[in-house]
Amino acid sequence: MAMAQGTPENGVANGHSHHHVAFWRDERKRGLAAQLVVILAILAFGWYLIANLLANQERLGIPLGLDFLENVAGFQLSFAVLPVTLESPIGRLLVVGGLNTLVAAFFSAIIATFVGLLIGIMRLSHNWLISRIAATYIEIIRNIPLLLQLVFWYGGVLVTLPRPRDSLSAFDLVYLNIKGLFMPRPVPEPGAGIVLIAFVAAIGIAIGVARWARQRQMATGQQFATVPVNFAIVIGLPTFAYLLLGRPIAWDVPQPGAFNFTGGVTILPEMTALIIGLGLSTAAYVAEIVRSGINSVSHGQTEAALALGLKPRWCMRLVILPQALRVMIPPMISQYLNVVKNSTLAGFIGYPDLFSIIGTSQNQTGRAVECVMILMLFYLSVSLIISVIMNWYNKRVMLVER
Amino acid sequence: MTDTTNQGFAPGTRPDLPPPVSESGVIGWLRHNLFSSWWDTLLTLGAIYLIYLIVPPFVTWAFLDATWNFVPEVLSGEKSPQISDCTSGGACWIFVRARFGQFFYGFYPDAERWRVNIVLILLVASIYGLLAERVKNKQPIAWFFFLIFPILAFVLLYGGFGLEVVPTQQWGGFMLTLIISGIGIVFSLPIGILLALGRRSQLPVVHLLCTLFIEFARGVPLITILFMANVMLPLFLPPGVEFNILVRILIGVTLFASAYMAEVIRGGLQALPKGQYEGAMAMGLGYWQMMRLIIMPQALRVAIPSIVNNFISLAQDTTLVAIVGLYDFLNIVRAGSRDSNWIGTEIEGYVFCGVVYWAFCFAMSRYSMHLERKLHTGHKR
Amino acid sequence: MSTQSTAANPSVSDEVMIQMVGVNKWYGQFHVLKDIDLTVNTGERIVVCGPSGSGKSTMIRCINRLEEHQKGKIVVDGIELTHDLKHIEKIRREVGMVFQHFNLFPHLTVLENLTLSPIWVKKVPKREAEEVAMHFLERVKIPEQAAKYPGQLSGGQQQRVAIARSLCMNPKVMLFDEPTSALDPEMIKEVLDVMIGLAESGMTMICVTHEMGFARTVANRVIFMDRGEIIEQNEPEEFFNNPTSERTRLFLSQILHH
Repeated sequence: MAMAQGTPENGVANGHSHHHVAFWRDERKRGLAAQLVVILAILAFGWYLIANLLANQERLGIPLGLDFLENVAGFQLSFAVLPVTLESPIGRLLVVGGLNTLVAAFFSAIIATFVGLLIGIMRLSHNWLISRIAATYIEIIRNIPLLLQLVFWYGGVLVTLPRPRDSLSAFDLVYLNIKGLFMPRPVPEPGAGIVLIAFVAAIGIAIGVARWARQRQMATGQQFATVPVNFAIVIGLPTFAYLLLGRPIAWDVPQPGAFNFTGGVTILPEMTALIIGLGLSTAAYVAEIVRSGINSVSHGQTEAALALGLKPRWCMRLVILPQALRVMIPPMISQYLNVVKNSTLAGFIGYPDLFSIIGTSQNQTGRAVECVMILMLFYLSVSLIISVIMNWYNKRVMLVER
Repeated sequence: MTDTTNQGFAPGTRPDLPPPVSESGVIGWLRHNLFSSWWDTLLTLGAIYLIYLIVPPFVTWAFLDATWNFVPEVLSGEKSPQISDCTSGGACWIFVRARFGQFFYGFYPDAERWRVNIVLILLVASIYGLLAERVKNKQPIAWFFFLIFPILAFVLLYGGFGLEVVPTQQWGGFMLTLIISGIGIVFSLPIGILLALGRRSQLPVVHLLCTLFIEFARGVPLITILFMANVMLPLFLPPGVEFNILVRILIGVTLFASAYMAEVIRGGLQALPKGQYEGAMAMGLGYWQMMRLIIMPQALRVAIPSIVNNFISLAQDTTLVAIVGLYDFLNIVRAGSRDSNWIGTEIEGYVFCGVVYWAFCFAMSRYSMHLERKLHTGHKR
Repeated sequence: MSTQSTAANPSVSDEVMIQMVGVNKWYGQFHVLKDIDLTVNTGERIVVCGPSGSGKSTMIRCINRLEEHQKGKIVVDGIELTHDLKHIEKIRREVGMVFQHFNLFPHLTVLENLTLSPIWVKKVPKREAEEVAMHFLERVKIPEQAAKYPGQLSGGQQQRVAIARSLCMNPKVMLFDEPTSALDPEMIKEVLDVMIGLAESGMTMICVTHEMGFARTVANRVIFMDRGEIIEQNEPEEFFNNPTSERTRLFLSQILHH
């Protein structure tokens, strides 16, 4: 900033002076000029980059465009949500890759949420030993790179599992060996739909019961044991329908074959390692969010609630949790985003997620720009969608609580 | 109610009495923290069982049954060490001993490793000088660290000026991890400051551009940025110009880290009351003077713990450079256990790598917590 | 309040120091300042009072461009406030300001707080700046605190440092934005004493304050503002004894009999 000690007289004292000020001395015009310079610089730089790109593409003989998505990929995937063959076009493989990513991220997020909740509550426990165990877990996970954890689960733990003929089994229904986790698969027979309908209906009834109980409590003051009753409804109704209809769902149980199990559902070790590794790692961060969320509610709130005569259980549900949730939701959003982003590490342990499929495609076709664009677009839109949904939920919670 | 007031003490002369035994000492502590109710006792027993399941087998494997020493034939130079030398049934630590140099220096020539050591000593010394309380005059250290040290370190590591040139393909191991994360954090600091100021700017274009950049870099995984730096960046350079793969990766890492750095600094800026800006403006300071003398010193102070945390995550994220074929600490350990002499030493390698990473990151996170605590007492009485 | 120390009435010259003509300001739809006309001569000491939200702080913050006015004209010492950055710089160098919450810089010692602006804005050598700073610290009676950090001082001491900090720039006008309202009662007097001393030395001052004892002692004019307008201005004696407007009367009865 110019600091010259100009004489005050040349600052004109009449009301029209600002029409004659040089633009670099005028607050507003200087801002405009600075922005114009920024825009021009960005445009010039962008133009330079694009000119280089076009020159390079021409020199290397690689065209720009998305036509390569229709080319036959010619490589196989070890796991695919939708069926693919060696003849499938690259485009279809990318769609499958995106779905593979989302499936793995979804299960990891579920594990992370439940384990994280458990560890977070353990961390808050009054029991010294339990609290220390949780703290140790958190400190170990957070100070070791995620990639190391993943390769440890995959290359360190899962390879030590027995061969198929020595599989670990539970009730001869679920088998675990070095080739993966084998579980029974439900095979619907006529009438299975009714069981499903019964299940959906049970959930609807449970919501209705909860509402009714609430209204009755508000009107008459009588309380109702909602939780056990609803639990019975949700479990009982579908089971009853299942038995009544003569067990319309058959189970395709994995059978030991010559080399491996056949039938049932197979979860490959790559996927198991990814889900376990990613889930348990994120759980440590979730645990910290839970802890700091609950700690963020001041102790005075607990004391006030207890002084009003609320039981500790009610104090938690009615006073602490609603306030803690508000603090917890934004960081939870970013943890779910992190799960999706971190699932890109899947390629290191051989799980075919979008990133590793794109890597292979780029290698085969040389279409770097298009591949990077598709990749970025996918992750940015997932980020955007998750934050929109969570922000919407966040706002709703805020409004309901106010 | 038994009342001590009846014992005839004059006001203010009542003596202090010790608490009942059940409230103090080891027994009181155990009662309070481990056995306060039947449920608590159950939890304690469960926890002890869990520890019993995990700790003794691990200790047996890692220490009691482990092989620590080379067999005599190796020491006398008759054969090279290998996995079959480990016969004790526990961890095979001679794998780590045999490969130790490589884990830390990568493929850097043995005779030149002193150069790396000097850089490391200078680095630790100047960081200590910058952060330690008892060093008062930090200005010369800062000049050295931010201007002279990078050049000196480059010359020492890479070579030139009479030193043998060690191409970056030979860099690796823990050294490479430190180089990538260190350069990433140091260069991301100025860029991050500018981005943070830009995001808070009142000029809409500047605000929009900075916000877009920050949100973009934070919205995609680091690995995709590395992928971009590896396969797409070369296409944007003028024909004939080529960047070394390490340089490309460093550019990617730095841009990625700057976005996170910007958010951390923005947090520091937001923590400052508006009065600090007004005070500075009322005293006639211009925008850049105000930022340099009043706002940034305070905002950076607030942000240091988060910057340290950023460094921790960056050091961990550096493992991802394996995707472009660089041998960082984890990748070189993995490569070691794929050697035909050492098939079956994955777990030893991972445990070693994990312990080193853990010690490094845990120490730094404790330091950042310590800073955060100090911040609250700061310039107060 | 030390009312008995009736300030010697230093000469008020005819020279105009601050002139506000038809100044208007809006926050969005909200009209905070409505046609403010105010002329302050060199050596005048003006107290501005009024209910909270009446625009008093906004008015004085317009004088050194902490707030931008959207209509009207403000001239300080012959320099008009426009979008011209040079003019803004000059005016800020000539106008000192003391804030309700002191706004000392917590990362600098008291002495560094005082010398910052002389060194960086006025380009005074450090030695000289420190001598000037010590002089003003003595004037506000806390030279022994020079090496401490603001966080180590009491509120009253911090506010006195803030006053000394402004004086180090050798300003022609001092603005006070509720300087005592963040202070504990026992510390108000030490700050007011410094302000009275300043008034006696002939400084041009505009004070937003509710300290009516201070107004009676040192002001040559008291201004009452309400809802963004100057309702009434008069010499303190007349202002307190014969307020002309109903709103002024109501306000005075509320703050004096409470």
